[in-house]
Amino acid sequence: MFSEYTTEELQNIFMMQGFSGLSLFSVLLLMGLGLALIFGQMGVINMAHGEFMALGAYTVYFCSTLTEQYAPAFGPYYFICAIGIAFLVCALVGALVEFLMIRHLYHRPLDTLLATWGLSLIMQQTYRSLFGAREVTPTLPEWLMGSFNLKEGLDIPINGVFVLCLALLVTLVMILFMYKSKFGLRLRATVQNRKMSSAVGINTGKVDRLAFSLGCGIAGIAGAAFTTIGSTGPDSGSRYIVDAFLVVVFGGAANMLGCVASAFGIAQAQSILEFFLEGTKGKVATLLVIVIALMFRPQGLFPSKVRGH
Amino acid sequence: MSTPKDYVLEVEDLGVSFDGFKAVDGFNFYLDANTVHVIIGPNGAGKTTVLDLICGKTKATSGSVKFKGKEMRGMREYRIVRAGIGRKFQNPSIYENLTVLENLEISHPAGRGIFGCLLFRRTPAIQQQIESTAAQIGLQDKLDTEAGILSHGQKQWLEIGMLLMQEPEIIMLDEPVAGMSVRERTETAALIRRISANRSVIVIEHDMEFVREIADRVTVMHLGQILSEGSMEKVSTDPKVIEVYIGH
Amino acid sequence: MAFFRTLFKTRGEAVSFACFALLVLVILPLALPVFRLNLVGKYLSYGFVVIGLVLLWGRCGILSLGQGVFFGLGGYCMAMFLKLEASDPVTTAIQSTPGIPDFMDWNQLTALPKFWEPFHSFPFTVLAIFVVPGLVAFLIGWAMFRRRVGGVYFAIITQAIALILSLGIDGNQGYTGGRNGITDLRTLMGWDIRSEHAQQVLYFICVLLLLGSALFAKYIINTRFGRVLMAVRDQEERVRFSGYDVAMIRTFTFTVAAMLAGLGGALFVLQVGFMSPSLIGIVPSIELVIFAAVGGRLSVVGAMVGCLLVNFSKSAFSEAYPDLWLYLMGGTFIAVVMFFPDGLAGLFTKSGTIKTRATALLSRFRPASPSTPNASQPAK
Repeated sequence: MFSEYTTEELQNIFMMQGFSGLSLFSVLLLMGLGLALIFGQMGVINMAHGEFMALGAYTVYFCSTLTEQYAPAFGPYYFICAIGIAFLVCALVGALVEFLMIRHLYHRPLDTLLATWGLSLIMQQTYRSLFGAREVTPTLPEWLMGSFNLKEGLDIPINGVFVLCLALLVTLVMILFMYKSKFGLRLRATVQNRKMSSAVGINTGKVDRLAFSLGCGIAGIAGAAFTTIGSTGPDSGSRYIVDAFLVVVFGGAANMLGCVASAFGIAQAQSILEFFLEGTKGKVATLLVIVIALMFRPQGLFPSKVRGH
Repeated sequence: MSTPKDYVLEVEDLGVSFDGFKAVDGFNFYLDANTVHVIIGPNGAGKTTVLDLICGKTKATSGSVKFKGKEMRGMREYRIVRAGIGRKFQNPSIYENLTVLENLEISHPAGRGIFGCLLFRRTPAIQQQIESTAAQIGLQDKLDTEAGILSHGQKQWLEIGMLLMQEPEIIMLDEPVAGMSVRERTETAALIRRISANRSVIVIEHDMEFVREIADRVTVMHLGQILSEGSMEKVSTDPKVIEVYIGH
Repeated sequence: MAFFRTLFKTRGEAVSFACFALLVLVILPLALPVFRLNLVGKYLSYGFVVIGLVLLWGRCGILSLGQGVFFGLGGYCMAMFLKLEASDPVTTAIQSTPGIPDFMDWNQLTALPKFWEPFHSFPFTVLAIFVVPGLVAFLIGWAMFRRRVGGVYFAIITQAIALILSLGIDGNQGYTGGRNGITDLRTLMGWDIRSEHAQQVLYFICVLLLLGSALFAKYIINTRFGRVLMAVRDQEERVRFSGYDVAMIRTFTFTVAAMLAGLGGALFVLQVGFMSPSLIGIVPSIELVIFAAVGGRLSVVGAMVGCLLVNFSKSAFSEAYPDLWLYLMGGTFIAVVMFFPDGLAGLFTKSGTIKTRATALLSRFRPASPSTPNASQPAK
C-alpha cells in the first residue's frame, strides 16, 4: 500500500495523519483521564461518559450563541471562559448523578454500568429535544482558525495545536493534583484501602462524589476541545466511548501515564491506518489489535503492582 | 525415592518475592502421614503465604512442592485440589444460600467436570457419605438448614466438612479457631485430632494453648523463614523462638 | 417424574412455564393476524439470546455486552445460505457475473468468495449456525476466563468486539453486503418463506425451539451444574478450591449462551427476511441485556416475558411518541437496575413481596460504601 507514494509524500502523509492523530489523541486522552479517575476510584465504568463530553460541547455551543447575540465584542475571548463553564456544568451534573444514582450502586459495578447506560439514553434524547438532531458547531474565535505552513505540502492546523496543549495541560494539572494536593492524597488513600481511610477520618463518600464529578468535569473539557475539531450531535459522545474505554483498560486502569501512552498509540494507529485503508477498516484493525492484545495481557500496558491477590 | 522416609508433602527451598520483597524465602517443610503439623509465627511471618504457595493460589518464584513425590508447583489450583490437597480459608467461605446438605454435596468429587456436573445424581453412597461427614462435624441435625444462618463456629466446621467430602490426603486450615468460643475451640481441637487419623493436617494458628492441644509437630516462622522446628516442647524452649515472641 | 422435578423445582415454576407456553402457542396465534404474529416471532427470536443471558449473567455473574455478535453470526450464516439460493444464475442473469449475490456484483466481484462456498449446503449451514458462534465464544471465553478476566473488563471487551464486528461487516460491502446487510431473501430450499403460511409455520418452529431451549436452560439451572454456576458467581475461590475448573465452567456457559444466540439469529433471518450489521452493534447488544434485566435476570420465563414486553412497548411507543421512547427506555432501565434487580420475575418470588420490596427500596437510599476496587486484578 505504500508503493504508490514517493518517500517525500509518505513523509508528509505520516506527518499530517500523525498530526490529525494528535487531535484524536487529545480527545481520547481527556476522555480517558476522566474515565480512569472514576474507574480507578470506584471500579465503576461510566457508560454516560460520552454524553458528558457532548454536554461539554453543547455548553460551548450555547456560550458561543449567547456571546454572538449579546456580546459580540467578547467573541475572541469567550472560548477560554466556555472551557471553564463546560467543566463546571459537567462537574455539577456529575455530582448530581453520583448523589442520585451511583452511590446506591457501589457494590454492584455491573449494575452501575447498565444504569449509566440508561442515563446516556436519556441524556442523548435530551440533547435531541433541546438542540435538534442536526449537528451544531460553535463559532470559533479567529485566532483558532488557519494553520502554520511548515513547509511545502505540510500544514499544521492551529486548532489542533491548541487542543493538544489543552490536553497536556489538563493532564499535568491532574497529575499535580493527584500527587501533590491534599485531596489527591485522600483519593489515593481511599483507592488503596477504603476501610482504613474512613477509619482515619476521611469522608470516603465525599471523596467518591468529588472524584466522580471531577471525572465528569474533565469529560466536559474533552467536549470543549472536541468542538474545535468536529461538529457536535446528540450521539457525538457515544462514538468515542468504546475507544475511551479501551484507552483506560489498555493503559492499565487508573494509571495516568498508561492512559497517556495508550491514548497516543490508539489515536496514532487509527489515524495513520485510516489514510491507507478505506472507510472504517483502519478503526477495525486498531480495535482488533487492542482487543487481542488485551486477551493475552488483560492487565494492560502498565499494571499497578500490589502484593498478594 | 531418595529420601529415607516417605513424606506426604516435601517442600524444598520454596520462595516468593513481590517486587523484590521476599515474603517467603528458602522454606523447607516435610509433612509426615497422619500428623497434625502446626505453623506458628508472629504477624507477617509469611504463614498464610506458605499455604497460598502450596495450593497454587500464589505462584512461587523458586523451590519445589512435591506431593507424594509428584511436583505440584506450576499446576493450576483445581488440579492440586484434585490431586488431594484441600484448603480452608481464614474467613468461613461457604455457600450461604445453599443448605448444609447441598454445601457438602457440591464438594463431593464425583462430577467435577462440565458433563459430570450436568448428569450428577445423588446416589445412596453419596447420601451416606454426606450424612457421616455431617455427623463428624456435628451438623447431622442441620442438613436442611440454610448455611447462611449457622453460627460462626458451625460455618467453620461446615467448611472443614466440605474439605472432608473431597477426601483429601492433606488438609490445610488457616486459623480455624479464630473468633470461636472456648467450647467451640475444644470441639474443633477434637475434630482436628479425629480427622488426622487417616490424613495429614497443616494448621496455621496463633493461640498457643490450642497449638499445644493439637500439634504433633510445630514449625515456627519469622520474616518469611523458618526459625525453629520440632515438637511443641522443643520449639517452646528454643531461645530463638522465645526471643522473637518475647521481643514482640 | 425425577426428570420433571429437575426441570421445575417448584409448582410455581411449572405453572409460569405452562402459562407462557399457552400464551405463545395458543393465545397469540389465535388472537393476532399473521402480520402481527410474525412480529411476535421476531421478538421471540431475541428470546434465545435472553435465555443465554439468564445463564451467563444472572446465574454465572458474567455480563456480556456482545451477545449481538453471536446473534449476528448465526443470522449471517442463515442469510448467506438463503442469499445463495436467491442468487441462482437464472434470476441473476442481468448481472455482469450471474450466479453471485447482487451486492457482490455491484461491488465488481467476479466470483463467489471462498468462505461463501460451503453455504450452498443446508446441512453445513445448520451446523455453522451453532458452531460458528460457539467457536468464537469458546475462544474469547477461554482466552479471558483463563486469565481471570471478568466483571467490568469482560463487559467492555465484549462490547468492543460487538463494535468491531458491526464495523467490519459494514466496511466490507462486497463480501458481506455492507450496511444494507443481506436482503431480498426469498426461499428456503424452494419453499417461499415470505408467504403467510410459511410465516405461520416458521412462527411455530421458532416457538417450539424457544420452549425447548428454555427447558434446556431450566435443566442446566436445576442440576448440580446450576448450583455450581451460582457458587462461581458468589464464592469463586471456594469453588476453585473444591476442585472445579472455574475458567472451564465459565467458558462452557458463555459458549452455550452464544450457540443459543446463534440459533435465535438464524430464526430471526427466516422470519424477518434480512440480516444487517445494525442488529449486531453496541446498541442492539445492550438492548438484549435490557430485555433480560426487565424480565428478570435469574428467571428463564421472566426473561422471555421481559423480551416480549419491552419489544411490544417499543413498537407501540416508538410509533406514537418517538421522542418519549428513549426517555422511557432509559428511565425503565435505571429503575429496574436500581430498585428491581431481579426484574419482573422478582416480584413473584418469595423475597419479592411488596413489604420486603419496600424495605429494600428504603434501605437503598442509605448509601452503601463501595468495596475497594483492586486495580491490579482485572477479575471482578
